Amino acid sequence: MKRCLIEVNNLWTKFGDHVVHRDVSLAIDRAEVLSLVGGSGSGKTTLLRQMMGLETPSAGEVKVFGVSLQHNDPEEIRRIRNRWGVLFQQGALFSALTVYDNIALPLRELGTVDEGLIRELVLLKLEMVGIEAAHAAKMPSDLSGGMVKRVALARALALEPELLFLDEPTAGLDPDRSESFVQLIEDLRRELELTVVMVTHDLDTLISLSSRVAVLCDQRIVAIGSLAEVVKSSHRFITNFFQGERGKRALQALSEALVK
Amino acid sequence: MPESNVTPRLQPELRRVSSPGDPDRIELSGPWILRAIEARLAELARQLAEYARDRNRHWDLSRVTRLDHAGALLLWRAWGGQRVTHLTLRPEHEGLFVGLGAPRPAMPSPAFNWRDPFIASGGRLIAFLDHAIGFVHLVGRVAIDATSLLRHPRDIPWREISASIYRTGAQALGITALVGFLVGVVLSYLSSQQLKTFGADIFIINLLGVSVIRELGPVLAAVLVAGRSGSAMTAQLGVMRVTEELDAMTVMGIPHTVRLIFPKVLGLAVSMPLIVAWTDAVALIGGMIAANWELGLPYSLFLSRLPDAVPIANLWLGLGKGVVFGILIALIACHYGLRIEPNTESLGAGTTESVVSAITMVIVVDAAFAVMFSDVGSFG
Repeated sequence: MKRCLIEVNNLWTKFGDHVVHRDVSLAIDRAEVLSLVGGSGSGKTTLLRQMMGLETPSAGEVKVFGVSLQHNDPEEIRRIRNRWGVLFQQGALFSALTVYDNIALPLRELGTVDEGLIRELVLLKLEMVGIEAAHAAKMPSDLSGGMVKRVALARALALEPELLFLDEPTAGLDPDRSESFVQLIEDLRRELELTVVMVTHDLDTLISLSSRVAVLCDQRIVAIGSLAEVVKSSHRFITNFFQGERGKRALQALSEALVK
Repeated sequence: MPESNVTPRLQPELRRVSSPGDPDRIELSGPWILRAIEARLAELARQLAEYARDRNRHWDLSRVTRLDHAGALLLWRAWGGQRVTHLTLRPEHEGLFVGLGAPRPAMPSPAFNWRDPFIASGGRLIAFLDHAIGFVHLVGRVAIDATSLLRHPRDIPWREISASIYRTGAQALGITALVGFLVGVVLSYLSSQQLKTFGADIFIINLLGVSVIRELGPVLAAVLVAGRSGSAMTAQLGVMRVTEELDAMTVMGIPHTVRLIFPKVLGLAVSMPLIVAWTDAVALIGGMIAANWELGLPYSLFLSRLPDAVPIANLWLGLGKGVVFGILIALIACHYGLRIEPNTESLGAGTTESVVSAITMVIVVDAAFAVMFSDVGSFG
């Protein structure tokens, strides 16, 4: 049974006279990893934020779990909000709360889970993302960039979501850390059967995680499909993006890995 | 509604099946995920614990449609932190129980220590000394930079200074006028009533003139400017710390004190006495109107008697206080702004502390002025 989790129908975004999205439609299926790529200012992050309900498109509709984010009662939207987790680019941990309280916050907000279970769940989530319990009492400002991302991921997973939004998951991490972070996301996705929507600039992240890629350019989606299909497209942006030096190297690494 | 993707609102189910001869079976079905169980958490936990009391029972989880860590943990806790001997589990749910058995280190919990209050008060004292030293440091830095700017007048940041005067001076005219006018009216009205009973109507001019020009004008203006411009300066520097703009300036070899602090201090030192003069004038106008209304004192009399009633030294004293208050407010605001750490909580706390300290210091320094200049500007 294949159902789409997110539907974007004829979406337009305008900032003043500047059109960012012109009649964009997109469907994201359950258990796939869709990457949004595009040049700076092509509206990838805006589209992602519209899917999270943080921004409202000028026209058109975004449906998540079959619920339209534009025309619905706040109660229903609040309920589906608990079914997705978001990893923000900078982590967006609450700087006034400890690591432990950051992850416990969404659970406490439910109001029905007792502290004992919260504690075990928080420690379990920390363990899942590879953070030792000794760091739980630290403040976010005492953590390194890689740890902030891991804690933010643990917080995003606190409510056991089905859908995970990632905004530049590996931005600001060194290659070693970003590789282990990508591996972590991939493991968790398999284990928890997550659907993932992400925005990324990083070719290695794109190649190792995505099952489908959507390319945003010239105010619309110019190509969508598996990486192999998208690469074949002759669109100017795609040839630049994938056939440049960096792109070639990454793709070569991919094909070598496939041969193995 | 079209075919919806929302998972049907299935409930987690739990029941005991007894069959003669065999031990009871506990059958679980439906979704055992956080969203489904959270509403009935306490009830489910109680029931599970009750069923788990007899350890011979067979647990059948094969009809559980979905299971997540919260559901697995709930069961795990009911089983007393170990796997039950007779358990039927779907293979895909096996992984959820794997990590649960590992012992988890206890969270370090802060224990109460009788020494803590002493350590805390000592810490506050040290923090206060730290502030004092930091403040002296800043004053010294600004003084050194000011002298070096005198030797290299080309480096004087004129644009920043004029922007600072505009923001702290011109844009503060409205609020200081409103407050000054109302305080003048109230003061004059209340004093007139008292003076009337003694038949000393004419002394309203002395009373208003001295109190407004010497005390109220400078202090009112300083309190308003501390709240208005002091907080803005602290917040501005704090945000620049958070966004690493301060570090960027350091790397470019631009000292903060020259570009950011010196213009603010000088700007406020210039605009503060002007604001004081403006507040004085508006407060006196307010007082004059109230005196005319309450005592019938003509405006012309009020204005002609004012220079005789209030020796000019009072005006110079008031304006001088304005300069000192301005420098003080700007320095305190910058001091707190530079100490803000790159997090949101520190920004709020720093701004609050900055305004509170600035207003407190203004009043303390005002008291010092009152003592030092007690024989200046009195009626000879």
